[in-house]
Amino acid sequence: MSATEEKLAKRLQHAFAEIAEPPAEFREEWTVAVRKADRLDQVCRFAKETLGFDYLVDISSVDHYGRDPRFELVYELYSYRQRASLRLTARIAEERAEAPSVIEVWRGADWHEREIYDMMGIRFRGHPDLRRILMWEGYPYYPLRKDFPLAGKDSEAPEVAVSRAAPLEGGPFVTPADQTDSERREPRARQ
Amino acid sequence: MPAPETREIEAPDALARAADNLEELEGERMTLNMGPSHPSTHGVLRLVLELDGEVITDARPEIGYLHRGDEKIAENMTYTQFIPYTDRLDYLAPLANNVAYALAVEKLMGVERALPPRCQYIRVICCELARISAHLLGLGAYAMDVGALTVFLHTFTEREKIYNLIEALTGARFTTTYTRIGGLARDLPEGWVEQCRRFLEEVKVNFDETEKLLTRNRIFVDRTRDVGVLPLEVAVDYGISGPNLRASGSDHDLRKAHPYLVYDQLEFDVPVGSVGDCYDRYLVRIEEMRQSVRILEQCLRQLPDGPIAIDDGKTVLPPKEKVLTAMEELVHQFMLVTQGVKVPKGQVYFGAENPKGELGFYINSLGGGAPHRLKIRAPSFVNLSVLPRLLKGNMVSDTVAILGSIDFVMGECDR
Amino acid sequence: MPESPSEIAYNTKIEGGTVVTRADAVLGWFRKNSLWPMPMGLACCAIELMAAGSSRFDIARFGSEVMRFSPRQSDLMIVAGTVTYKMGLAVRRIYDQMTEPKWVIAMGACASSGGMYRSYAVLQGVDRILPVDVYVAGCPPRPEALLDALINLQDKVGKESVIRTQKSPAAA
Repeated sequence: MSATEEKLAKRLQHAFAEIAEPPAEFREEWTVAVRKADRLDQVCRFAKETLGFDYLVDISSVDHYGRDPRFELVYELYSYRQRASLRLTARIAEERAEAPSVIEVWRGADWHEREIYDMMGIRFRGHPDLRRILMWEGYPYYPLRKDFPLAGKDSEAPEVAVSRAAPLEGGPFVTPADQTDSERREPRARQ
Repeated sequence: MPAPETREIEAPDALARAADNLEELEGERMTLNMGPSHPSTHGVLRLVLELDGEVITDARPEIGYLHRGDEKIAENMTYTQFIPYTDRLDYLAPLANNVAYALAVEKLMGVERALPPRCQYIRVICCELARISAHLLGLGAYAMDVGALTVFLHTFTEREKIYNLIEALTGARFTTTYTRIGGLARDLPEGWVEQCRRFLEEVKVNFDETEKLLTRNRIFVDRTRDVGVLPLEVAVDYGISGPNLRASGSDHDLRKAHPYLVYDQLEFDVPVGSVGDCYDRYLVRIEEMRQSVRILEQCLRQLPDGPIAIDDGKTVLPPKEKVLTAMEELVHQFMLVTQGVKVPKGQVYFGAENPKGELGFYINSLGGGAPHRLKIRAPSFVNLSVLPRLLKGNMVSDTVAILGSIDFVMGECDR
Repeated sequence: MPESPSEIAYNTKIEGGTVVTRADAVLGWFRKNSLWPMPMGLACCAIELMAAGSSRFDIARFGSEVMRFSPRQSDLMIVAGTVTYKMGLAVRRIYDQMTEPKWVIAMGACASSGGMYRSYAVLQGVDRILPVDVYVAGCPPRPEALLDALINLQDKVGKESVIRTQKSPAAA
């Protein structure tokens, strides 16, 4: 299984040698990092049409707050015929948080891209209907960004929804945006 | 009251007039709002339908009415603390969610192969019980929506029995929080295996009864056959998974394609539909429940003895009596509770075959006890995205049949 | 005469099958035994609400089996599940459409206080947008807990004075 996946990942990297990093393996999963997010649609089209990745499992987004480029898109692909998975990643700078839409490649990308726009504020060029999907129209923030607090912020969109920051009362334990150290997550460590 | 013969003379004229008017009316569209509080939207789905008479010309699903911020919450707590939140994703099959999440974290830690056999078997039992329970509710609600209330009461009777089993096992009816990273919360209680066997005998009878009520029921068949046909290539294009995909003719089942736990040691068939209409989706679910019973019977027969968790104090809480007597276990317990399991840096995706489809967790970790990003690939979210395509061209009364056959849960769709 | 308005003493030996009581008491008795719920099923709790309505727990024993999704026909809104800000306005709109008199049960931790979802998207308790009569603890509460809440509410409804609380059309 993993041998097929490695072969497919290498073929993709060869085809886009100038923008794709060599495939990396972790826990038997192969990841190809694409340096230029602008060409993601071409890479995805190649993955689907030439390599046979006909099933777009998921698109995720990650916010690497405090590092540059800040955002990362993660595409999980799967091929029914070869029973192989592949992950594509691409970093996106905060100043130009934009990527090409892959809705023409897989129709299922529609809602995934809307969700990323809603939660992270990354725009998808060529998406026919880029609206908020989980939050309401008129909500001013992007909640999954690391600089947005879990408790939320006040917002007013009359006739749609009005939100208030939730009371945290010293808990639950909250991880500050830029750190990974769980020892400092206890409230008393921050007093 | 005019005499019958006069009416006969008048009728063609009236019909012709009405037809003229109908032609004039063409092009005039009506917008119909359905939900977010509607009995057949199973929760808080909202549909904005554009109608031309009785025919749906456009459908726009609006979701997010149950968006609770699970992914943000996950970033703010340890891996173990997030397990209760997975109960509430697909709240019809919480045990299966628990298992899928635990397996994802264990994959990230690289310990999933170290799970003791008993733990793996019990996890399979959990998944399959959850599948039966979810499909029972899905079918009951589906049948109720197309007008057969009896089935709902029938399936709920069996669900109560499953709840009894789950309650004996986990202490709660459906917010189970049963798995732990690297193991299970507790072993099977005494007599549970026999209780489960008895249930399996009873539930098989119930399947037969449900089938008698529906499979050849003229009304049910007329309302579902050739309604909402989802061709395989469309299903693949949209990334549909689970019974909905298999009803369209694919045999993709993660339990077979990429066996996790002990699924590769168990015998079961994957039911596949031929047309992909609402009726096929019903048939596939019924057969899946029978296959689940088969799996459960094998599991109960083969269930090995032994530990139910990895023997590693840095992953699994040590037994309480040792915590109170031994220094090392005390330290492990303290570290686990305050900081959580130690997870390496990296990213993994793990998908499990849940009742609704492929439930996947993408975890991006920078190390430490909390995920940097946890993305939930919810099957209902993806399955619902095909609705605009599926509803278009159907009659407005078929909407409930199509929604019922898709079988979604808003808790996991909106997260 | 009954001690409290909620009591109706019935004794066939007195006055041959005739019951003497206050109009208030008898109206309250009618009311409390036919509370028709508007099932505001939002999340996990809705499943327990369905369980309460089906065979084993049988909410019909308390006269509340008539679950209609039409607010005009309901007396009691059971808010079962997490109310998000996005959903809040819809819940309020449905409540406003219910005809007086009306009562609300907040079923479960989420509806009562936001519960375990202390996040940016969740309304921290439905009592911020509508008046709640009975809160039910649990995540989710067992069907028995919901039935208990219903019995508590029935007590409350039975003790209310119907005639005194009746608003005149002019005042309303």
